[in-house]
Amino acid sequence: MTIEELDQIAASARSEREKFEHEINVCHGTGCLSQHSDRVKESIAQALQALGKNAYVRRTGCMGLCAAGPLVLVDPEGSLYQHVNPSHAEKIAASLDDKPVEELQCNLREHFDQQVHIVLENSGRIDPERVEDYIASDGYRALLMALNDMTPQGVVRQITESGLRGRGGGGYPTGLKWGTVAKAKGDVKYVICNGDEGDPGAFMDRSVLESDPHRVLEGMAIAAYAVGASKGYIYVRAEYPLAVSRLTSCLRDARRHGLLGNNIGNTHFNFDVEIRLGAGAFVCGEETALIASIEGRRGTPRPRPPYPASSGLWGKPTLINNVETFANIAPIIRKGSRWFAGIGSARSKGTKVFALTGKITNTGLVEVPMGIKLREIIEVIGGGVPGGHKFKAVQTGGPSGGCLPESMLDIGVSYDALQSVGSIMGSGGMIVMDDTSCMVNVARFFMEFCMTESCGKCVPCRAGTAQMHTLLTRICTGAGTMDDLALIEDLCSTVKETSLCGLGQTAPNPVLSTLKYFRNEYIEHIVEKRCRAGVCNMEAAAEVLA
Amino acid sequence: MPVFTLPPLPSEDNRWKIVNGTMRKNGYARHALIEALHTVQSSFGCLDDDAIRFVAQSLRVPLSQAYGVATFYHYFTLKPPGKHTITICAGTACYIKGSDKLIAAAERKLGIKQGQTTADGEISLMIARCVGACSRAPVMLCDGELSGQMSAEQVQAQLERWAVE
Repeated sequence: MTIEELDQIAASARSEREKFEHEINVCHGTGCLSQHSDRVKESIAQALQALGKNAYVRRTGCMGLCAAGPLVLVDPEGSLYQHVNPSHAEKIAASLDDKPVEELQCNLREHFDQQVHIVLENSGRIDPERVEDYIASDGYRALLMALNDMTPQGVVRQITESGLRGRGGGGYPTGLKWGTVAKAKGDVKYVICNGDEGDPGAFMDRSVLESDPHRVLEGMAIAAYAVGASKGYIYVRAEYPLAVSRLTSCLRDARRHGLLGNNIGNTHFNFDVEIRLGAGAFVCGEETALIASIEGRRGTPRPRPPYPASSGLWGKPTLINNVETFANIAPIIRKGSRWFAGIGSARSKGTKVFALTGKITNTGLVEVPMGIKLREIIEVIGGGVPGGHKFKAVQTGGPSGGCLPESMLDIGVSYDALQSVGSIMGSGGMIVMDDTSCMVNVARFFMEFCMTESCGKCVPCRAGTAQMHTLLTRICTGAGTMDDLALIEDLCSTVKETSLCGLGQTAPNPVLSTLKYFRNEYIEHIVEKRCRAGVCNMEAAAEVLA
Repeated sequence: MPVFTLPPLPSEDNRWKIVNGTMRKNGYARHALIEALHTVQSSFGCLDDDAIRFVAQSLRVPLSQAYGVATFYHYFTLKPPGKHTITICAGTACYIKGSDKLIAAAERKLGIKQGQTTADGEISLMIARCVGACSRAPVMLCDGELSGQMSAEQVQAQLERWAVE
């Protein structure tokens, strides 16, 4: 495959499309599929045939606004329809060449206008399993550009200059990581894509893998060229069957087109990717645990150094990046590092995809430039808290992150800003809570999660999380004392300082952040035996007090 | 040097050939352990002693290590599931939207605790740690099919439909 051949495929895909006057895109993301958008697509196709309309019906990946699903987008008119069911098919088909169907229209300008799409530029626009669709939107161009016109060092330099940082949560500079693996000695190196999205409440990686899998494969291939690897693994959760089946079919297509395998782009570069299924262990998001899991062992982390960059999979230099990080690579190569560095804030470049969920009107996936205020994401893009309830907290970073109160909503979203107020960027879960959530109970929920997910290798994490969970449960049932609170704070610092890996080191964060911003709720539980949200059942304890 | 011979298939059951196929595709390499166990679970529904022993011997992995892996990962189960499985998600978004009420409703209706199967082997009640459909929270999976924005009544109605069958 050469750039000319790529152009040919793109041109023929476009001319194929121009035969139709309209395109009807039906979202086939997980959210819309669970509401049978596949049936919607079928009935629209039937209705078009019956009316003799000249339109192309396409299944696409996630369009982002899951709250309004199933979604249908009609191009070139640009009408977005919400809550579509098969009975609406005829109306939509009849509306082509006429006025749009008013009662189905989704008018959420403010939801989309504030967003900047880099990672999600193709999501909801292309058929994820048709490589021609991806190529027609400049897909695999970056890979061939890199192979033909750039040296591996040049690729690393471009990524470094773009200022891209790891999107898995840590925020380590991607260019620096690539440079380290590139310099590491060894003829065999590996590239691993971390798709073990264990953070409950986050589904960005799932959506990217389901909506635009070729983008991730292209990013991995460019990374492999830059660091000198010829073999890659994608580690995906077994809980994501749709992502796995779409990836499998895309791998086959990429190989068939000579975009993976031997002599990619008629050069001497060889690279192939294998899928590895996770088996439900949160700790496998940690890079050394993930490597152990790919090697077929229990996913327990090991002390670093040596870092995977020098000794990773089977002792060989290994590059591990998150799905979203790889999804950023192709646009950076195509459009240049300066373009990317122009988006975002001073030390956090580009965009971030967030999974906006919980007590918020527009649940779904959003991609925003770094530096945007939390308030804008929640109140403008997210549409605020529904049902007349009052906003209480927003949780970012999952079990490793923290809960931020209303007073912190005016900070700009960046790795450093979120860390400075006691939370973290994390992989991108953003869960909004209203006055019906009890913050002590939320802390207990996360501690229970960390306790069951602790791999058990190091004592502070294994025993510490269990003790903290016991203490938090005591407080939630009204049996807690002020001494318990002091003990929890003491345990938090012990577990944080002495655990082996990120799971234990960050497990106290939800407790510490709720103690920092919602301490009064803890005190109410302990002293007054009262839960202001009415979540904790403390009647027995309250009676004793009375 | 003794030549390694593969163990015989545990029974005539054709599903063992599928398991064997996965291991052969990976050259009977030790790192194929998790892949092989995935195939066992998708073919048989659970990992029983025979299966773990067979996979361990075929891949020359110590039995203790194979058992360790099978019990370490939540996705693997050693107990056979019921005819139907209802899985309720207890991820953060679902928890905030009240998945605990769904779990309580299902437990009450079935008279079992989470992770158990009814005595007649009909229905298993499982809890998931997040199925990644958070925008539709709270969600449940009925025999793998996802439904979102569930209420306790809808969970009970689904269980009743299964009971009638």
